[in-house]
Amino acid sequence: MKVKVVVTLKNGVLDPQGKVIQQTLNGMNFDNVSEVRQGKFFEIEVKENDETKAKSLVDDMCKKLLANLVIEDYKIV
Amino acid sequence: MKSSVIIFPGSNCDRDMDVALKKFGFKNQMVWHNDQSIPKSDLIVLPGGFSYGDYLRCGSIASKSKIIKSVIDFANSGGLVLGICNGFQILTETGLLSGILQQNKYLNFICKNVYVKVKDKKNKYFKNIKKDILELHIAHNEGNYFCSDDEKKSLEDNNQIAVTYCDEKGAETDENNPNGAVKNIAGIFNEKKNVLGMMPHPERMIDKYLSGEDGSLFFENLLGNIK
Repeated sequence: MKVKVVVTLKNGVLDPQGKVIQQTLNGMNFDNVSEVRQGKFFEIEVKENDETKAKSLVDDMCKKLLANLVIEDYKIV
Repeated sequence: MKSSVIIFPGSNCDRDMDVALKKFGFKNQMVWHNDQSIPKSDLIVLPGGFSYGDYLRCGSIASKSKIIKSVIDFANSGGLVLGICNGFQILTETGLLSGILQQNKYLNFICKNVYVKVKDKKNKYFKNIKKDILELHIAHNEGNYFCSDDEKKSLEDNNQIAVTYCDEKGAETDENNPNGAVKNIAGIFNEKKNVLGMMPHPERMIDKYLSGEDGSLFFENLLGNIK
């Protein structure tokens, strides 16, 4: 089955690219944008049909490789 | 004294490091990332470059490569491991050093000479070094050192901050912090101080006609301390 993961910077960690995107959007007259945080998105095809097992495997992958927990949070969606 | 430089796909400072180590008397050997073990060495160097194209996060893929287990075992048994630039990024991703190198604060690739202050001399790398302020070269896009407040406190309490960005007189100001690093940090040690990671490239400053010689000071001193 396919498992999807979103990795984002933790709150409080500076995201200069997100800031530039926000400023650009503001410059394009999207005045309502007050903050942008950029992240990463993974689609992982796991040879496992049991959803709980598949997600637990991906959770392990997140901790060991996909996210660096010093600055990033992850969410299996 | 024997040294080993690990080559990853995308390393590009491995040959410079080889030249530098040999110039100051190390018997250096190059080790491929896909090897299982490292020949007997007094020093292992993870060189600069863009290992695995900087995919996912700088250094993250290299930190899971085949050779890394031997590097970690060597470090844990007290062996000297030096990571320069991408090598520093790899060391943080392995967990041998705390924190992480993020993208530079102003999103630009920085390539220039900087001054760094030697913050601790009770270690094999900087003991007896004749200068407190070194002029070295940096070239990176991800050199913005970041760590949690707890990690920062423990780096300070254990004198694990190795070098910091400063001006030529040693003032560690914001103006002289090229990439936004916490506390102007340019390099740190592990707790036992046998592992050093730093962004500046000493191997680029070993010729008085081409660059400068503060890198020579670093290598001569290191060799003297290992002997």
